[in-house]
Amino acid sequence: MSTRAEELQRVDDDERATRDADPAYFTPEYVGTRLRAPRKPLLLLPERLSELSGPAFGTDDVRASDSDLTQQHDGEPIGERIIVSGRVLGSDGRPVRSALIEIWQANAAGRYHHQVDQHPAPLDPNFTGGGRVLTDDEGGYRFITIKPGAYPWRNHDNAWRPAHIHLSVFGSAFTERLVTQMYFPGDPLFAYDPIYQSVRDPAARERMISTFDLASTKPEWALAYHFDVVLGGTLATPLENA
Amino acid sequence: MKIPRTPSQTVGPFFAFALMTRPMVVAADAAGAIRIEGRVLDGAGEPVPDGLVEIWGPDGDGRYTGSAGWGRSDTGPDGGYAFTTVRPGAVSEPDGCVQAPHLSVLCFARGLLKPVLTRIYFPDESEANAADPLLHALSDDERATLVAEPAGPGGYRFDIRLQGDDQTVFFTTPASGL
Repeated sequence: MSTRAEELQRVDDDERATRDADPAYFTPEYVGTRLRAPRKPLLLLPERLSELSGPAFGTDDVRASDSDLTQQHDGEPIGERIIVSGRVLGSDGRPVRSALIEIWQANAAGRYHHQVDQHPAPLDPNFTGGGRVLTDDEGGYRFITIKPGAYPWRNHDNAWRPAHIHLSVFGSAFTERLVTQMYFPGDPLFAYDPIYQSVRDPAARERMISTFDLASTKPEWALAYHFDVVLGGTLATPLENA
Repeated sequence: MKIPRTPSQTVGPFFAFALMTRPMVVAADAAGAIRIEGRVLDGAGEPVPDGLVEIWGPDGDGRYTGSAGWGRSDTGPDGGYAFTTVRPGAVSEPDGCVQAPHLSVLCFARGLLKPVLTRIYFPDESEANAADPLLHALSDDERATLVAEPAGPGGYRFDIRLQGDDQTVFFTTPASGL
């Protein structure tokens, strides 16, 4: 076995974030990053099996009812019922099949089903706010849920998060893991939210905003929003067009 | 033709009610089972009590299969996480390169706008570690952050230090944006 020293490129995260879709770790306007963001250069990992592979989930990991967040309790949750659908794609445009998507969100009043959330808004006994689904052969997915409310947080004076649904997505590679937030069109809070604004490229920010999807609405029942998720292509040339 | 990626956003503090955990990748009495535990710490050395740690590793023969080597643990009030998993084998790459036994690790948390990516290597694999091309390319101080400490029979300790002089080495990959 030969020992071959690989040159590891050191990547300045702040510089990268000016060219990349993703925010920089250190984004001081978002106070939570100040003591948690790594400050040393990142090492560019040669793509090896460890990172080109990733867990593959199957139908055993999800139930059909997991994708309808309005049917997880005895009664109907309060709020505006919505349908959220879209596709998971690789950066080559190909669908990502059997991708596990997990979602979580606040209820219609802007309160999470979590003991640390002390926002004085009501919990809804008929809404937990968590779901999961596997994408189909076209990379498609669909959730039925309740439109989440905006909520205050303590990042700065009078800070409010725009309404959002958290998504966690597994691609085919471990390093394609993506956790993001889906926002709703026209939210007046975008301009004041340091998490949304942490993405520096305005065009990239807009890729986190769902679009109103009239064709997918169900008359007399629910409005619909469309949200496509594009994962990183692991075979891309290093940092090209990043 | 590339289409642009969806940006990463923080996992936030309120995921625990929705995200399943899988701290027991294998049963504690399974052949080759090891226990890995540690804490996630911030730049002030304080615990990160609202983090999420995921591991991904091969089987004892160095093969990645299905979701068998995947685990997920949230962190407790002391920043602690723990996994029971199978001891990973060395991984032979298509180009003949051999990687020392290791686990890939992603850590998510409030205050992390994208996850951090690192690796856990093993202290009792000194020969394989010495021959590992990635470890070989690191300084001694950097390498030390990636090697777990022994913690009893079949046990290892690996702390993830997000920031500071003793920050864990974190990686990025060409396209993932990590």
